[in-house]
Amino acid sequence: MSTSDYDPACLPDLLPLYYRRLFPFSQYYRWLSYGGVSKNYFQNREYQSFTTQNELEKEMQKMVPYKIDIGAVYSHRPSQHNAVKSGTFQALEKELVFDIDMTDYDDVRRCCSAADICSKCWTLMTIAIRILDRALREDFGFHHLLWVYSGRRGVHCWVCDDAARKLSVAARSAVAEYLSLVKGGEETVRKVVLSDPIHPFINHSLSVVERYFQQYAIVDQDILGSKEIKFHNSLEGSSVSYDLHFSCVSVKSNSKKGGQYFDKEIMLQYCYPRLDVNVSKGVNHLLKSPFSVHPKTGRISVPIDLKELDTFDPFEVPTISLICEELEKPRAEEAEEDDMKDKENEQEAGERRRIRDYKRTSLAKYVKVFDRFLEAMARSRKGEMLKKSDLQKDF
Amino acid sequence: NRFSRRKKLIGSSQNDLYDHCLQFYGQPPLENISLTEFETFAVERLKLLKTVENLGVSCVKNSEQYTKKLDAEISRISEYEKRRKDHISHFILRLAYCQTEDLRRWFIQQEMDLFRYRFNDLHSKHKTDFLHKNNLKYETVSAEEKKSLQDKLIASSYGLSGTKVEEHDVPFQDALDLVRTRKVYLLAGNAYIPHHEIVTIVLNDFRTRLSKALAMTARSLPAVQSDERLQPLLSHLSHAYVGQDYSIQKNIGKISLEQIDALSGKSFPLCMRHLHKALRENHHLRHGGRMQYGLFLKGIGLSLEQALQFWRSEFVKGKVDADKFDKAYAYSVRHMFGKEGKRTDYTPYSCMKVILSNPPSQGDYHGCPFRHSDPELLKQKLQNYKVSPSGINQILELVKGMHYQLACQKYFELTHNVEDAGFSLNHPNQYFTESQKLLSGGRDIKKEVDMSQRSQENPASVTRPSQANSKQAHEEMGDLDSFFQDE
Repeated sequence: MSTSDYDPACLPDLLPLYYRRLFPFSQYYRWLSYGGVSKNYFQNREYQSFTTQNELEKEMQKMVPYKIDIGAVYSHRPSQHNAVKSGTFQALEKELVFDIDMTDYDDVRRCCSAADICSKCWTLMTIAIRILDRALREDFGFHHLLWVYSGRRGVHCWVCDDAARKLSVAARSAVAEYLSLVKGGEETVRKVVLSDPIHPFINHSLSVVERYFQQYAIVDQDILGSKEIKFHNSLEGSSVSYDLHFSCVSVKSNSKKGGQYFDKEIMLQYCYPRLDVNVSKGVNHLLKSPFSVHPKTGRISVPIDLKELDTFDPFEVPTISLICEELEKPRAEEAEEDDMKDKENEQEAGERRRIRDYKRTSLAKYVKVFDRFLEAMARSRKGEMLKKSDLQKDF
Repeated sequence: NRFSRRKKLIGSSQNDLYDHCLQFYGQPPLENISLTEFETFAVERLKLLKTVENLGVSCVKNSEQYTKKLDAEISRISEYEKRRKDHISHFILRLAYCQTEDLRRWFIQQEMDLFRYRFNDLHSKHKTDFLHKNNLKYETVSAEEKKSLQDKLIASSYGLSGTKVEEHDVPFQDALDLVRTRKVYLLAGNAYIPHHEIVTIVLNDFRTRLSKALAMTARSLPAVQSDERLQPLLSHLSHAYVGQDYSIQKNIGKISLEQIDALSGKSFPLCMRHLHKALRENHHLRHGGRMQYGLFLKGIGLSLEQALQFWRSEFVKGKVDADKFDKAYAYSVRHMFGKEGKRTDYTPYSCMKVILSNPPSQGDYHGCPFRHSDPELLKQKLQNYKVSPSGINQILELVKGMHYQLACQKYFELTHNVEDAGFSLNHPNQYFTESQKLLSGGRDIKKEVDMSQRSQENPASVTRPSQANSKQAHEEMGDLDSFFQDE
């Protein structure tokens, strides 16, 4: 098992090790400086500021934050124990963010509820990522999207384009609402209502849902087997079945009540991403930082590689216990040679050791995903600066 | 940047100043007017905005019925006079409505609805004139581009048929209302707007300008307020709209926590009854529900200590232990009472606010049940609360016509067993106060005043603003209140 048993009680002991030897500071610092996150770090209602990566490292290693959140100005209440503290970065201009949480799907998943997830319902996250990623790129023209596993039951998206950071609250809420199709609370049974003409965005989203629907909804969730399909009232006099040949839901309705797009509405209600509009529009909302540790599960909030999306398994994401354990493993011979070089130059040694350290653990591949993301941002920023200097005729 | 817009100062000569019936209110009026004109213009515009608001609640905006009724309100004075009054009265009301977030929001909303109605009313030639006059140019999509996008454009623009109609493309940030409702095709960050939707873009522009202007006006307000002639008038103008906002707590501590269960059945409007029940059953409410219900409770007179005890005792029965409550939730209760953070004293939500903002999603219990519940579920709930079948049908009819506040009023009438509520519902705390009054036998039942008969009647019970200014201002403004008796 790749998780290695995680015990929350061990967290205070593991965290210092994590920040000393595993946390990818150089990439993280780079990310913070691209974004408009100010160099102010809020701890117990006091400001600490840092201007270099070294300072950031020192501060975080001193504080050993229990949780790292990005976004709002206030910090969490300091806890009694020194070992468990949380810290918050203050956002100046804030990325556009999305938070998809599995509990928002409780009314349509039968396998789990609340904080639980399993491989059957994880498909919902896959679908959500595909739909939203496409829309944010193709419809809205954004390029730099970082998808991160929250560590327990959801995913977050950070849209880091300059244009995204400059969006007003009204614009963020408009984007979030454009992307929302499932509406209604406890009191609403029919949560998706479609009418003519169907917007191209909805058609794109439907084609994603259709790819996964048979395996996810019909087989894994067995929605047609459920006597509790809440559509009963709306479906009076109709029969719902699944057409294997055309891979789609088919509704035969006798009553006039049914809309003409019932079949599509059903698929969307079961599968379409449910996002919390308030998170996306709230300039004061906190979102967990990438590479923070989830205190309940011990899992690291890792970036998700969209090229491997269909094989991403949240249960394979390394926990802090696992990677700390991997650190202890006996080292190969080449490592010992490097050790001797290190003794010559202490500072570089620290850096190199840490790079070697996380590379020896399961964290490595996730840091690579983060690297690629940062490279892309760097390239586009260079491109922008060249454009600007061309305009100013600087050579 | 494909989108270009330049603004020039409009010439201020008499001829040019009012040469179009519609304007963006970019330049304040420079003339001198008498105090009487100052008052009358302001009051008339306020009356108009109030009518816009009421029509927006009782009719579907921009429907034929809506337009006809609004037509009837616009009086028949000379065009020039009309335009002059329009100009001046708008700026006067800016002074009165710039001071708080709520006032600004209301003013912007009604001015936008009014502007939209008037823009749509324009002949297409006048629309183009207006756009040119205000230097609003929107890029047109080239014919080849249009051909390649044709199917997609048709699919996203409701009712758009042929290829002859002009399309414009603008960055999506300039077309937020269309984006939000997916009424427009988006590609690479650009929105493709059919010509007939241009009003939405113009409105967006209008709203942005007005919002900025109000912020600036608020900053220069102290200078205006020091003028003794104007200060009472402006103050009265803004209170006249608001009436009771239940921000000032009366009867603090008169309600005990033990009474709440019983009160929720007798005197709470349906939304609060619903929230209370969900809280009791789940021992938890999410943020939206906590705000809506928590502020309501503050409005009925719960003290901060009572509120803390109330929420803590309920949450502790659920998954939250007392320690966690004190750390996480107590802060936000104190916040509601203005004891933390910005220390703003939050006001309980009005019906408008509940109906129009923050719709509930999965796991939420807030909102207006008449607006946000499925009719079937609403019906069941009303049956459980022993409302008669004919009463339920009346309510459902009102809901179908989107008259949510009237539906709630009908619920009041049915549960209190009266023919007429005797008041025009616009606030959950008002529902509570009226209910308590009725149940303690302290009020006469009045006939509902029809909207069309408003200024003639002068019923005995008048909602006076909670902060009276000088007596003189009261007398001068005496007739302002009667403009609002259509409620």
